[in-house]
Amino acid sequence: MAKPAVLTHPESLKRPAGPSEYAKDPVNASMTKAEKIALYTKMARIRHFEQRCIRIYQQGKIGGFLHLYVGQEAVAAGTISLLGKNDHIITGYRDHGHGLMVGMGMNECMAELTGRVTGCSQGKGGSMHYFAPDKNYWGGHGIVGGQAPLGTGLAYAVKYMGLKGSCLAYMGDGAVNQGAVHEAYNLASLWDLPMIFVVENNGYSMGTSQERSTAHPGCLAKRAEGYNMAWDVINGHDVYEVRAKTALALKRAHEESKPTVLEIFTYRYFGHSMADPDKTYRDKEEIKEYRDKKDPVLAFEQELLREKVLTPELSLKINEEAMAEADKAAVFADESPDPTVADITKHIYWEEDNRGPDTTSRGTIIFE
Amino acid sequence: MAVISYREALRAAMREELKRDDKVVIMGEEVAQFNGAYKVTEGLLKEFGPKRIVDTPISEAGFIGLGIGASMLGIRPVMELMFWSFSYVAFDQIVNNAGNIRYMSGGLINCPIVIRGPANGGTNVGATHSHTPEAILASHPGIKVVCPATPYDAKGLLKAAIRDNDPVYVMENTILYNDKGEVPDEDYIVPLGVADVKRVGTDLTIVAHGRAVITSLKAAEILEQEHGVSVEVVDLRSIRPLDEETILASVRKTHRALLVEENKPFCGVDAQVAYLIQSRAFDELDAPIHRVSSIDAPQIYCKRMEDQQLPDVNRVVREALKVLA
Repeated sequence: MAKPAVLTHPESLKRPAGPSEYAKDPVNASMTKAEKIALYTKMARIRHFEQRCIRIYQQGKIGGFLHLYVGQEAVAAGTISLLGKNDHIITGYRDHGHGLMVGMGMNECMAELTGRVTGCSQGKGGSMHYFAPDKNYWGGHGIVGGQAPLGTGLAYAVKYMGLKGSCLAYMGDGAVNQGAVHEAYNLASLWDLPMIFVVENNGYSMGTSQERSTAHPGCLAKRAEGYNMAWDVINGHDVYEVRAKTALALKRAHEESKPTVLEIFTYRYFGHSMADPDKTYRDKEEIKEYRDKKDPVLAFEQELLREKVLTPELSLKINEEAMAEADKAAVFADESPDPTVADITKHIYWEEDNRGPDTTSRGTIIFE
Repeated sequence: MAVISYREALRAAMREELKRDDKVVIMGEEVAQFNGAYKVTEGLLKEFGPKRIVDTPISEAGFIGLGIGASMLGIRPVMELMFWSFSYVAFDQIVNNAGNIRYMSGGLINCPIVIRGPANGGTNVGATHSHTPEAILASHPGIKVVCPATPYDAKGLLKAAIRDNDPVYVMENTILYNDKGEVPDEDYIVPLGVADVKRVGTDLTIVAHGRAVITSLKAAEILEQEHGVSVEVVDLRSIRPLDEETILASVRKTHRALLVEENKPFCGVDAQVAYLIQSRAFDELDAPIHRVSSIDAPQIYCKRMEDQQLPDVNRVVREALKVLA
């Protein structure tokens, strides 16, 4: 089995050298060596998981859509690495990175992609619909922007229960033109909800560039001003910067119960989904430029090498282990059974799956 | 046993459930300070305060979605839609999110939300405010829909809906809000999916739901008085789940069926009921099944014509006599 190139390829050496200006931010400076290695390891795992997904997709084992997160890893990694037990997240359909970051296993994630009963949603959700509510991860949602009101509801519930927590609702740059997102912005600000809207701006809503899709006052985040909300913009290629600026928004949510819009500039290396041949709306040179000079995983690796937190040997080991883990997950997904025909009609209604003397429903609810 | 209005019965259901469970929240446009566009929530803000009774902006996709998200974390929101017609701007939330979240998560997440409000024609407000989406919504697995016709059922079904762990959409009728009926003083629920035989008869079964039940009961009285026909009226009460056995038992007794609903005929609830009867009681039928629905057009504004567009007593009587011929 051919292995993809290790991340420490020579191209990475061409990156402009120099430490992140956010390395000394308290939220980063206070990280232990082990925490930094763990964060890098998670980013590398997301990268290798998805690169493994490409091969499985090309083998025809993944149906439907496969929206890859490759290139955007620092966004999920930086933001989620800050969260505590009453902080919740919800996202759109580009949801694998967030799932792995909250601690979902590669096996359950890979098996969901191939539609197996061992998948995180037992083969009922697919790539766009990962869920891990036990890890405060509420999906994985297929309709652009539809998760923004749901996330606002999670923040509402946190506040209603008197907990010091928050909800981060992730979306792409295309989602900012959906009405549901604007309605969520208004409610979050109107009701002072501990909410962070994270706009992962990769420049393209599918094949339509930001310039061709969105009227805005200089940046997408600034639209928050129309709703009397705080906002910030972040270089999403620098995980330290993502952490530093997200920490301020989290503080605002926790201490003041106020919402924030964060626009994080990032880039995806592959098409909108694997069904996108990626030939009509951007140059290969542009992709190469980002890959070579701004890759967030390589950038953090270089950062940690400079800090002498990582060594080349340790980095190689981390990457090889992540690849091996992804390989094993691929085998697990291959060997797992499908759901059965009887499974098709399970998990539709709680009351039906748990029908008994105490349930409130009778009669026919699944029809022939 | 008190005699109260349909509106008061709904309010009593919410008040009792607000007291029983502190996770219950009432939310919607004008439900708090304004006391409800139709006064269903009147007095609840004063009694329970602004944390439990929440006014929303006119933003159905936003606040319904917010309620769905909150329900995933264990809040039990009871959302008021001023009209079910307004659900159409929140359709992605109501159908895609509330209806699919349990399924797509392989049973990991529940959505115990109630959405309630009027869904009826007959109020002279034109096509945009007169939709009856029970058939549209009930066609989505994952969603439950109930349509109470009496104060007793309104209270019992709403209480059951609030305690139910799935999304339940309660479709009320503004024309029924002032109708009065007996409602027990003690706690009770009407389980979802249990039809009610509102009138016992032997010659013809009328199956109806919502205000069509009231229309059918009036028609049954005329059929008995003027034509000597004994009519049984089965009130579905719940569209999904559906009490198939009560419908079939009645048809097996009377051998004739007339289906009455205020929906437009195409893909109405009664299309499903007709299919059920022919597939499981075909040999019991002595006549073809007939239907009375609204005349198939967007809801007309003109009050005199709208009254004729909806199923009225005369049309039900005429159609019943055809089934009995």
